Amino acid sequence: MAAMPQIEPHWRDSWATARLYLAVAQGAFRRYSTYRAATFAGAFTNTVFGFILAYTFLALWQARPGLGGYDTSQAVTYIWISQSLLVTVAVWGGGFQDDVQERFRTGDIAVDLYRPVDFQGWWLATDLGRAGYHLLARGVVPTLAGVLVFHTHLPHSPYVWMAFLVSVLLAVVVSFGLRFLVSLTGFWLHDSEGIRSVMLVVAMFFSGMLLPISLFPGLLGRIAPVLPWAALIQVPTDVFLERRTGGALLTGLAFQIVWAVVLLAAGRAAQLLATRKVVVQGG
Amino acid sequence: MALIELDDVRRSFTIRTKAGRLRREKCEVRAVDGLTFEIGAGECVGYIGPNGAGKSTTIKMLTGILVPSSGRLRVAGVDPARERTRLAQRIGVVFGQRTTLWWDLPLRDSYELARRIYRIPDARYRANLARCVELLDLGALLDTPVRQLSLGQRMRGDLAAALLHDPQVLYLDEPTIGLDVVSKGRVREFLREVNTEQGTTVLLTTHDLTDIEQLCGRVMVIDHGRVVYDGGLGGLHAAGESERTLVVDLAEACPAIAVPGARVVKVEGPRQWLAFPAQDSAAPIVAAVAARYPLVDLSVREPAIEDVIARMYAEVAIG
Repeated sequence: MAAMPQIEPHWRDSWATARLYLAVAQGAFRRYSTYRAATFAGAFTNTVFGFILAYTFLALWQARPGLGGYDTSQAVTYIWISQSLLVTVAVWGGGFQDDVQERFRTGDIAVDLYRPVDFQGWWLATDLGRAGYHLLARGVVPTLAGVLVFHTHLPHSPYVWMAFLVSVLLAVVVSFGLRFLVSLTGFWLHDSEGIRSVMLVVAMFFSGMLLPISLFPGLLGRIAPVLPWAALIQVPTDVFLERRTGGALLTGLAFQIVWAVVLLAAGRAAQLLATRKVVVQGG
Repeated sequence: MALIELDDVRRSFTIRTKAGRLRREKCEVRAVDGLTFEIGAGECVGYIGPNGAGKSTTIKMLTGILVPSSGRLRVAGVDPARERTRLAQRIGVVFGQRTTLWWDLPLRDSYELARRIYRIPDARYRANLARCVELLDLGALLDTPVRQLSLGQRMRGDLAAALLHDPQVLYLDEPTIGLDVVSKGRVREFLREVNTEQGTTVLLTTHDLTDIEQLCGRVMVIDHGRVVYDGGLGGLHAAGESERTLVVDLAEACPAIAVPGARVVKVEGPRQWLAFPAQDSAAPIVAAVAARYPLVDLSVREPAIEDVIARMYAEVAIG
């Protein structure tokens, strides 16, 4: 989409744009917070799954101590952190994706196009607002449950917590980049549901949500860490577990940044093509 | 100077249809087929036509979300498709069957967002919001989530959202669809106010001809992508070759009346219906009937605008 007209000084223009996206993100945050029952049910589900998986991991690590380089308390913590991040980084898809899919179905997508707002920027802002809400509402309860019931590994240094939050933010952006590409297929396929189901399975496996990627054998173990899905769960959780410190922390964050930039750029290119298709060919 | 100018605008779509198991045949559909018209600043124009006539395609081209296949199109001096973002600051769009409001949040939040999107200066935003709230009676609804609003309330909410940034042109696609009589009246009253007081140019598509009768000084009837009528509402009757009806009650049942200038369209016992051209006087026909038949009572019925337009659509389909 074309840039805003440069009638104002550049910094004021950027400020107005920032205020807009902030308002969009805040709106999304509040929007998700209106569904209290859904939030409660979701956090409950994450906690239940956390227990099931934590006991499974405990049994596994008792049989094979130190598996994948994780000690037992790290392995259990891995489960609780991944359960806490699951919805925030939308491993299963969703968030703005549901909205966009619905807008394709109803044709409301046309309304989005005549707004003087960048399509990708708009949906990224809503997804960041949503992720902020989900991190609090769906992350805190499972983490607390895990900490109270199990022997977990919590970072002591505030820097690690900060690095973890930065890594989660980047994970959300990478996840957005992936989901945005899936959503845009709607411009050609009218319904991105099929591709979305395939992506769900891929993301579940390669994000390290079911099993840490470092446990993958052979070729799979060499490919999985460089795919974008590793940025969703594996990297932030390893930052939390202090398996990535110093140089490894920086390369982890750099890995996330590179994928975020690549995916957002790809999304932008796809958006240009999609807009051209709609505007020129008529949808 | 004209605010909206179209010069021989055409738009066709390529549609693939199944022809046999794997073969697809391409065929071209001309949705808009040589539209030429101008709309001046401050006009309120009704844009009507049967389903599939090309109304929505026209609106899409005017808002810049669709490029014409050929022809020249200007809105406020701007080529819409080329400068869509810039144009968006100057136009407001309301689709009766879509909403721009934030579904789960209070109405107020959507307005705050519009303020950020269109970068409306604070003072102007407050003044415009206050005016819309007053005229559309939104005061009690501002803190209600949009999903809890009735269709009529939501429509009023959408109208306000489209006008907060003082657009020069307002496009309305069936703004009264699905509304009850009271809500329709309120929406029309508001639109009249916006058009006459603010001087906002309004282009309105609708299937409800009362909208047109009450709001629009000018009507454009479009069919098969072409303008088949452009002018005042009154002129539609002449253009549609409409007929008035003389209903006569006789003392007893008689065979069909035969008088010059009229023809019997229906006989029901002692009552007969005679049709005659709308522009002719009824007096000589009444005199002729009274002279030859036992006339007891009579009434003259004006043609409904719906019938006139229905006839016009039918004629285009045949011709």
